Amino acid sequence: MLVSILILLVVILIFPLVAGYLVHLERKVLADFQVRLGPMRVGPYGLLQPIADALKLLLKEDIVPTVADKWLFLAAPIVTLFTALTSFAVLPFADSIVAADVNVGLLVVAGMGAVGILGIILGGWSSNSHYPLLGALRSAAQLVSYEVALSLALLAGVMAAGTLSMVEIVQAQHDRGIWFLFSNYGLMFIPFLIFVIAATAETNRAPFDLPEAESELVAGFHTEYSGFRWALYMLAEYANMFVISAVGATLFLGGWMRPFPNVTWLGPAFDYALPVLSIAGTGAASIWMAGKLQPKLPRIGLQIVGGLLILLAGPFLVPELNHYLSGFFWFFFKVGAMLYVFIWFRGTWPRFRYDQLMDIGWKRLIPLGLASLALNAVVGLL
Amino acid sequence: MPNSYSETYFPVLLQMVLATAVGFALVALGVILGYRVKNKVKDSPYECGVQPVGSAKERFSVKFYLVAMLFILFDIEAIFLYPWAVVYRDLNHGANRMFGFVEMLIFVVLVLAGFFYIWKKGVLNWQADPGPASVPPAKAPAAYSLSEK
Repeated sequence: MLVSILILLVVILIFPLVAGYLVHLERKVLADFQVRLGPMRVGPYGLLQPIADALKLLLKEDIVPTVADKWLFLAAPIVTLFTALTSFAVLPFADSIVAADVNVGLLVVAGMGAVGILGIILGGWSSNSHYPLLGALRSAAQLVSYEVALSLALLAGVMAAGTLSMVEIVQAQHDRGIWFLFSNYGLMFIPFLIFVIAATAETNRAPFDLPEAESELVAGFHTEYSGFRWALYMLAEYANMFVISAVGATLFLGGWMRPFPNVTWLGPAFDYALPVLSIAGTGAASIWMAGKLQPKLPRIGLQIVGGLLILLAGPFLVPELNHYLSGFFWFFFKVGAMLYVFIWFRGTWPRFRYDQLMDIGWKRLIPLGLASLALNAVVGLL
Repeated sequence: MPNSYSETYFPVLLQMVLATAVGFALVALGVILGYRVKNKVKDSPYECGVQPVGSAKERFSVKFYLVAMLFILFDIEAIFLYPWAVVYRDLNHGANRMFGFVEMLIFVVLVLAGFFYIWKKGVLNWQADPGPASVPPAKAPAAYSLSEK
């Protein structure tokens, strides 16, 4: 019980920071796609930008339009944030590092994801303004187009695991010695692809960011929001991205397990060498990058951060701790890879039109999802 | 290892309370720290700089209402499949090989028959907008037309 409360507190306290740096990562990666530098001014290489942004948002005016439905308008972002953060309670971050090992963990996440859309619809409707209303309606249209496909994709994974508990899903992949992505002779790739498409729509990310659609609807459902209330919507969006990536990583990519969990002779490489080299390597790279900076304060700051990263690699070498730490490493590695793919989507594809989105959801993904479910059901028995 | 139902779900409940509290706390902090100047124009709904015309809460046609109703049907179907998927491996043991699969196949085929029926009926097609032909072309006010110069 104490452990779970501790996990929840850590999640609640550091998540705003993680979300801030996810935004920073997104800005940097998108900037790279467009051959520019991204934020570079605040702190060494722009690394303090998220903190500056958070402080700026705290000091911004909190505007409530006079015609808005006041209480709904005030409550809507909190609804979205609370559903997004609640899902964290059932995510297994590493072996036995999970706040609540409920036997329907996957349903909790799916349910919370669907309820979170209500916060967006409420916010758009209660603004009593034209653009947010259109954004809210689009959000509803998106929900009815993608929720079924997402469920069908998750079902294929559930069928392979034979359980809805997030912990036992990972355990089932461990027992079978294969990630579910590669099981059933590779046929699980189809539900995984459906999952990625539907997850992008579920989290309102480009190319399915119709509820926001800044080039058509000003800012969509959050046009009227400002200050930290707006920031809550952003926090919730990135929390949802993290959660849906974690679900994908758990259900299809083996959760916190290293690749090839049953091949013991790969243990030293994947449990020790790779995490230590990547974390210490990041630290060394930071120190090297710091050497290029002219001003003294950012240079020393970045050098300290690099030194801390190298120190952080130390506990990985302690065999007692390694089991948990390498679990964390692989979990966040997989989640990070999926998040990167979501950002990549945004940097690559133009936005879909509203009716195209419904067509893809209903006429492509649902038949494909059912077909892949039947196919995986037959092949899973062989 | 917690055993009772309430003990297992307590962290989820706790997380709900914590998340709501954090949401309120952050908004409250923003309200306290934020600079505030009341202004009638600023507090009006955003309309790209012009006066908003009418309320946003008018009645309008939601073109996808049929799809939304179908969504409820199909979502229930998907939820119906969850318990089946959980016990799927146990359903197909020994002499009953393929039993669970065939049972559910019958159900899914029935639902799919309905799905293709509504597809062919055109329910999933975006309702065609009458388009600008039915609306008389608007005349530009004289003050704005360029040809007058």
